[in-house]
Amino acid sequence: MARIELDKISKRYGNIATVHGIDLTIEDGEFVVLVGPSGCGKSTTLRMIAGLEAISGGTLRIGGEVVNNHEPKHRNIAMVFQNYAIYPHLTVAQNIGFGLYTSKLSKAEKQARIGETAKMLGLEPYLERRPAALSGGQRQRVAIGRAMVRDPVAFLFDEPLSNLDAQLRGQMRLEIKQLHQRLRSTIVFVTHDQVEAMSLADRIVVMREGRILQVGAPMELYNRPVDIFTARFIGTPEMNMIDATVTNAGFDAGPNNPALRLTSLPARTDAGRAVVLGIRPQELTLLTDGQDDFPIRIEGKVRVAEPQGPETFVLVDLPTGHIVARAPAAAILRPGDSVAFGAHPDSLRIFDKASERLVA
Amino acid sequence: MVDQPAQPARRHSNIRPGRIVAWTVLFLGGVVMMTPLLFMFSTSLKSAGQVYDLKLIPTDPSFANYIKVLSDGRFSRWFLNSVGIATIVTLSCLFFDSLVAYTLAKFRFPGRQVVFLAILSTLMIPTEMLVIPWYLMASKLGWVDTYWGIMFPGLITAFGVFLMKQFFETVPDDFLEAARIDGLNEFAIWWKVALPLVTPALSALAIFTFLGNWTAFFWPLIVTTDSALYTLPVGLSSFAVEQSIQWELIMTGASLATIPTLMIFLFFQRYIVRGVMLAGVKG
Repeated sequence: MARIELDKISKRYGNIATVHGIDLTIEDGEFVVLVGPSGCGKSTTLRMIAGLEAISGGTLRIGGEVVNNHEPKHRNIAMVFQNYAIYPHLTVAQNIGFGLYTSKLSKAEKQARIGETAKMLGLEPYLERRPAALSGGQRQRVAIGRAMVRDPVAFLFDEPLSNLDAQLRGQMRLEIKQLHQRLRSTIVFVTHDQVEAMSLADRIVVMREGRILQVGAPMELYNRPVDIFTARFIGTPEMNMIDATVTNAGFDAGPNNPALRLTSLPARTDAGRAVVLGIRPQELTLLTDGQDDFPIRIEGKVRVAEPQGPETFVLVDLPTGHIVARAPAAAILRPGDSVAFGAHPDSLRIFDKASERLVA
Repeated sequence: MVDQPAQPARRHSNIRPGRIVAWTVLFLGGVVMMTPLLFMFSTSLKSAGQVYDLKLIPTDPSFANYIKVLSDGRFSRWFLNSVGIATIVTLSCLFFDSLVAYTLAKFRFPGRQVVFLAILSTLMIPTEMLVIPWYLMASKLGWVDTYWGIMFPGLITAFGVFLMKQFFETVPDDFLEAARIDGLNEFAIWWKVALPLVTPALSALAIFTFLGNWTAFFWPLIVTTDSALYTLPVGLSSFAVEQSIQWELIMTGASLATIPTLMIFLFFQRYIVRGVMLAGVKG
């Protein structure tokens, strides 16, 4: 096991930089998820850690040793790929054994290791099968087995679940998390799926356009996103964003939005500032007729209601724009119905409109 | 081509006119292809005097020609020459063509495209034009009348490089990178990971190369004068010039010569079809 330190790591292809000097320390035994939209540099970063891409600038240390110019095989890391990369011409046992290619163990020891790994992953009955005869989840387990078998200092996962269907993805997610809890190994996991990031990570690294926007525990990111991008990226449905101006008595969402009451909020000192107000659908409360006990009140008309079972998400048209709000499952909401939602002031996240950074 | 679910009954009760035309064309094509072969075999069963009566079924068939040809030391020598040369050239092509193809398909280096185009462009030069420079080269280097002289032009082929490159390009990079992380060196990645993933292409290339060399006539004829080095096609043709033309013996030798190709085709048939199909689609 080892700590991985990225010190101003950058990647350039000719004159085009795709990763702009990122700093990140991944502690020994930590599960870190790199998340962001495609093209944000997360996979490139992972591949630089693996040694599959040359590092254009900065220093990479694994276990305290600078490994910038080490070949992948000398970094003692293991990687699980999106399409599993298990070999169709080899059996499960041979595939897992491939991870021991360079090890100096005797044949019997290798067999024992393969057996142990297969047992841990529930692959014992399939050892002599070829990948074509396995399900998607089993193939993914073989890929993980090949990574585990040689006891690497860290595991790198490159979108390992994105080829699986939704149900299997949830199941494998759980298995990977349990595996981490058992092995306590350092894991760097890349995904574009924020749900995966939230449910797996000790810490999430949000990336965009080759830069790190925010690093933090899942709930920290959920509760205190540093900017509009992270705020929208983490959480489903995404956070509602409303343009407003700071006033002496709260916020003004503009003359076109009389349905949005944002007054009688705690006084602010930056009156006149253009801001974006963020509020999560889960922080809005459906108001019954005549109920008006929240400082923030939003009125509109139902466009679409999406029942989820335990709750219903409602797309509500405002005079300008729209919001998504959570309503109780029992609420009967038909398109065109007038509805009102209330919220507490402390659920508002205020972002500067120009810089898109969190203000307070 | 397109199923017509609205008229399922018609398909069962009637044979469509299109089918009849297709079968007729295929049947005629089959006859045209088979007749020379049947004639070859038929002639090989005739005696010298019967060669020019053009009956398909010999009046007095006998295997005497086969005994004669097989007991003639020259024939077995030529046969072995052909087997040896075709085998060595095929193995060489499989190894070098796929090695070059893999490099061109999976590594990024300056001049990669230029190298590939240069290799491809040699496909556009006909053998007849190459034979003279080959011969000059062979004669300067003392390769005339050697096995090496017969083999050297075919040991690596542009067609094979092209075919294998198309296949290697379909191998996902993840497979190779996973192996790189597992500690394989680049040669081992090619040998243990990439090659097994393109076995259909290798089989197809093996068949093409073997058949091509088995039937090769022009170059072996030019580069050899010593009859002990003849390949089978060259040797058989010498039956026609040495004495009078002994058609029954030529046909016997030719019949025997088809056996290995027939065996290879029957054995690898599905790979040949797939190889031709893929070469067609990709090319």
